[in-house]
Amino acid sequence: MKKWLLGLLLGGVLGIFDGLTAPLSAPETAPDLLGIVIGSMFKGCIAGVLIGYFAQKVHSLALGIVFGLAVGAALAFGIVWLQYQAGKWYFWQVMLPGSAVGLIVGYVTQRYGRRL
Amino acid sequence: MSWLSDATLLHLCRVADWPDLTGTRYDCVDKIGQGGMGAVFLARDRELDRQVALKVLSAAPDDADAKARMVAEARLTARLEHPGIVPVHDAGVLPDGRFYYAMKLVRGKRLDEQVSRTTALAERLQPFQKMCDAVAFAHAHGIVHRDLKPQNVMVGPFGEVLVLDWGAAREIGPRADAAVVGTPGYMAPEQATANVAVVDARADVYAVGGILYFLLTGRPPAYGPGAVLARPRQFDRAIPRPLEAICLKALAPDPGRRYADVADLAADVADFLARRRVRAYPEKPFEVVLRLATTYRTVLTLLLAYLLIRILLLVFFRS
Repeated sequence: MKKWLLGLLLGGVLGIFDGLTAPLSAPETAPDLLGIVIGSMFKGCIAGVLIGYFAQKVHSLALGIVFGLAVGAALAFGIVWLQYQAGKWYFWQVMLPGSAVGLIVGYVTQRYGRRL
Repeated sequence: MSWLSDATLLHLCRVADWPDLTGTRYDCVDKIGQGGMGAVFLARDRELDRQVALKVLSAAPDDADAKARMVAEARLTARLEHPGIVPVHDAGVLPDGRFYYAMKLVRGKRLDEQVSRTTALAERLQPFQKMCDAVAFAHAHGIVHRDLKPQNVMVGPFGEVLVLDWGAAREIGPRADAAVVGTPGYMAPEQATANVAVVDARADVYAVGGILYFLLTGRPPAYGPGAVLARPRQFDRAIPRPLEAICLKALAPDPGRRYADVADLAADVADFLARRRVRAYPEKPFEVVLRLATTYRTVLTLLLAYLLIRILLLVFFRS
């Protein structure tokens, strides 16, 4: 399996999980669960493709992890900002898991998956 | 009258059975081994200014059968061009009519000597895998060694592995004679009897299994009437079960229950080292989980860390 595809799948799965567990730390988001899950899944897929493509071009575990962390954090911050515009502030609840997902995808795409 | 010194006498005794290499490009330096068919000498190749090993037929020059066997040995070994098989450089006939062939001089330790200095399992299996590559190559070219044992495997100073002494090797197929060749402990049961018509690659699989047994336990497999093969883990409980299963499958008395060839055995060993499922060992569900958890422990650790973050966020923000 190519690295970008591995990133896409893993990012999507972790994104779904991320979205499903959102109400645990913010119960008021439960009514919007479907939208959160879909949005989180897409965020995860985008992050996964970017990180997986990076892993295909750059063969460095350390850089892959840092890049993954950065992409995960950047996309998570985008969600935080959108939520803030809507009057909600979920900084740590979104940033921490989002960055962790990016880190995990960064590691996995560097270690596994086919380069060519 | 002057007497010869002890040193001179010893030297004369040493060189007494050196071959007459007149007319060849070689100078004899020393005798380094004696086998059933011939002796091996350290020689210097004057043309290329390098040292080689020279194997010279021991039998009388008029022994046509012995000469034919040694010529076949040289040709067979020369056909197998592989980094793990000692290359033959030259062949010819000495002034006294004896056949000889020159091959690469192998410097290093025999596998049985190498193992005594190595304890880590991965280190012991590394030369084993390289040896399997060489034997698998021979099998792919229709040749079976028939005398594989740790003493016929050399490990060089740079980790290179060479399989030596192809004197008993034959093309895979019906046996031309009923002669029993091989070494007790490493000789397959069908090889030890004159009744079985075909000795094929599975005879070498048995021998390779015996070498693996030696690498795991430090002793050859039990042989002889009434001998019972002890499981490797009886000597060392630290031997992994999948590796023991690979060894015992290769040493199955019935050729039909062994690996079809050494390439299959080597593939299973490679799977074991890569923490993949081994064909010879049916894993229990718990063992599958344990193996996968060990293989992907870093990913699992990261996922657990992610779950921990989620739980901490849950606890912190709900409180």
